[in-house]
Amino acid sequence: MNATLPAYNFAYLDEQTKRMIRRAILKAVAIPGYQVPFASREMPMPYGWGTGGVQVTASVIGPDDILKVIDQGSDDTTNAVSIRAFFARVANVAVTTKTVEATVIQTRHRIPETPLSEGQILVYQVPIPEPLRFLEPRETETRIMHALEEYGLMHVKLYEDIAQNGHIATTYAYPVKVEGRYVMDPSPIPKFDNPKMDDCPALQLFGAGREQRIYAIPPHTRIESLDFEDHPFRVQEFDRPCGLCGATDVYLDEIVTDDRGGRLFACSDTDYCEERRERAA
Amino acid sequence: MSEAPLLNATAITKTYGSQIGCENISLDIHEGEVLAIVGESGSGKTTLLNCLAQRLPMTAGRVSYRMRDGTTRDLAGLTEAERRFLMRTDWGFVHQNPADGLRIRVSAGANIGERLMAIGDRHYGQIRETAHDWLSRVEIPGVRIDDRPTAFSGGMRQRLQIARNLVTNPRLVFMDEPTGGLDVSVQARLLDLLRGLVDQLALAAIVVTHDLAVARLLSHRMIVMKGGRVIETGLTDRVLDDPRHPYTQLLVASILEV
Repeated sequence: MNATLPAYNFAYLDEQTKRMIRRAILKAVAIPGYQVPFASREMPMPYGWGTGGVQVTASVIGPDDILKVIDQGSDDTTNAVSIRAFFARVANVAVTTKTVEATVIQTRHRIPETPLSEGQILVYQVPIPEPLRFLEPRETETRIMHALEEYGLMHVKLYEDIAQNGHIATTYAYPVKVEGRYVMDPSPIPKFDNPKMDDCPALQLFGAGREQRIYAIPPHTRIESLDFEDHPFRVQEFDRPCGLCGATDVYLDEIVTDDRGGRLFACSDTDYCEERRERAA
Repeated sequence: MSEAPLLNATAITKTYGSQIGCENISLDIHEGEVLAIVGESGSGKTTLLNCLAQRLPMTAGRVSYRMRDGTTRDLAGLTEAERRFLMRTDWGFVHQNPADGLRIRVSAGANIGERLMAIGDRHYGQIRETAHDWLSRVEIPGVRIDDRPTAFSGGMRQRLQIARNLVTNPRLVFMDEPTGGLDVSVQARLLDLLRGLVDQLALAAIVVTHDLAVARLLSHRMIVMKGGRVIETGLTDRVLDDPRHPYTQLLVASILEV
């Protein structure tokens, strides 16, 4: 039997839908950080499992692309494995776990540690695209606020963080300003990854399926994390290296190793970790 | 006062379908002046206030305002961005229900700081200091700065709402029944506070109230409304001590003497 099921169009979505999504992507690239509405489709997976990211990936992927999918930095978690299998099946594309080999990388909650390069596309899965949502529940109002660049409210949230915790306690989905204009939710990546978005040579696309929004950061765009003059933006710091590969400048996951309080801190980016260990061996 | 009025309204009319909200109302307000709008429930006071504050589109009429740079602008000609900027810098709006004017899910300090951050303040320490200062000015203990308004009493919430509005040193404040829904002793304290602040800051204010005592204590001038029209206007003491229109006489006579 064919690897691509005959009942499906290439990459699952029909051509008209891909065209519609590509138009939204083009608009998003033209207005960095602006949330473009699109007619999100039902996908063969539940909302919250990356339906937005999958639709974006399906619209940009071609037969020659090499796809990598990560979930929390890892190539072998359920979400990553099933989305990779999905595209291997409906688009018959090559898949990889190596960041440097991939041309399209779909991600949930992380940016790979290996610096991205020109020609790569990073597709984020976004649960809630609106950074102002928890402060201002009205969509009509948040749209006006974006239009008029009224972003004081974002700082109210950071103020509240400092007032309650003594420091900016937001550690993921940390709001950024895109090219000095739109305030954007970078999706729930740790703020550790925020600096990687700045001046990144790869194209970054964000898809929110349930909320029906697409936004983008074109290559080499200025991304600033919001902060206060007397409480500047800082990334997480770890007091130990990776327990497997010894890397010190990476984001670590805490892994429980036994039921006697054993802990292992290891790279959340599994590909990066493996590569380092291979090289060392 | 020789200066041009701060705000001038000419022939304001607001209709809701065939219902009249308010009809053909003109008024001036000068810097540092407090104007009370009184009348019974349904007389169009709040409609008029909302029209003046650009919160409701008018059916007819115009409102012009002397901006901080000295130019007088027709408010209908402002862009949305200019209108919103005006509303959060040079104006204040105190709602009857403080929950409408406060951000109920963030602390008192953040409530006061919001306007400052909206106009570009990015120094946490300074914002907090200003919030502290304003809390003490509205007689809220400084230790409550990190408490949410949900933990405040009605009177404290109302004072917090006032602080939140005054933090950018507005020149004109609109108040819709600022003491409504508060018990009498809290009302008295709030009125004292408002009177002090209006005096200190040389604020102009337009106060809607159905309570003639509030008008007496706060305002220099007042207008009396009935059925969407102005039926009497004049200095507050004159109107209250020597009402001319039969309806005003009725209003004044109907105050309960305890």
